[in-house]
Amino acid sequence: MQHRVTEFFVGLLFGLGLIVAGMTDPSKVLGFLDLAGHWDPSLAFVMGGAILVGLGAFAVAKKRTTNFLGGALHLPTSTDIDKRLIAGGLLFGAGWGIAGFCPGPAIVSLGAGQPKAAVFVVAMLAGMALFEILERMQARRTAGAQ
Amino acid sequence: MTIDWNHFTPWASLVGGILLGLASAAFILVNGRILGISGIVGGLLRPKAGDAGWRIAFVLGMLVAPLLYMRVAGPVVATIDASWGAVVLAGLLVGVGTRYGSGCTSGHGVCGLSRLSPRSLAATLSFMGAGFAIVFVIRHLIA
Repeated sequence: MQHRVTEFFVGLLFGLGLIVAGMTDPSKVLGFLDLAGHWDPSLAFVMGGAILVGLGAFAVAKKRTTNFLGGALHLPTSTDIDKRLIAGGLLFGAGWGIAGFCPGPAIVSLGAGQPKAAVFVVAMLAGMALFEILERMQARRTAGAQ
Repeated sequence: MTIDWNHFTPWASLVGGILLGLASAAFILVNGRILGISGIVGGLLRPKAGDAGWRIAFVLGMLVAPLLYMRVAGPVVATIDASWGAVVLAGLLVGVGTRYGSGCTSGHGVCGLSRLSPRSLAATLSFMGAGFAIVFVIRHLIA
């Protein structure tokens, strides 16, 4: 239960960070992505600020085998730069550029009562579910071929 | 290219970014996990036993954030120009793409770059590149 409280507050902090940063306003995100128009560089400062703190935290994490509470530390092990990674990134970036929403800000805007954010989140969940289904079909086909 | 000085918010964005960094730091050091929204949410679709609680707690925190912000600081401004159809298409692309590419702006962009992962750098360049390209097409070729 203690853990659930921490996770709630980390989610709250992350959500507040997104709002303060301007990430929950799609027109601001698109202003950053519009290099050829009136470019708003603000989002570079969001990434810069986040990575500034993150560099220290992950340097500490890499030297440890457990988290501060003694539990498991799940650092990613995959280092492959493959077709999936790049194609997934391109699909995601296209969606991000169409609406100006990435997953975090969309969920926070849903909490703020934005109807279009709600529709975006439902479509995003449908996309994630579609991915799961395609993955399972692919796995079955691979298993069947052997 | 011209700089949009009217909308440029370096300080607010820097402070917001630091908050995102602090949240990511707390998540890896206290909970032992990468703070990646698409992974946290995607894992709820087919949760393993005992793996849903922390995801739900985190998402609830995100949903409460705007309510708290609105009470203290004022409205959460969001200008969404995309049509309903475009919003649906965008959501589908983001859903499939983030799962296929194992992450989004938080997991690859913030946490991945912070841990100096070449894989996450490649992912970040992919989605940033696609974002720049599609906005160029929509705003400068079609419109």
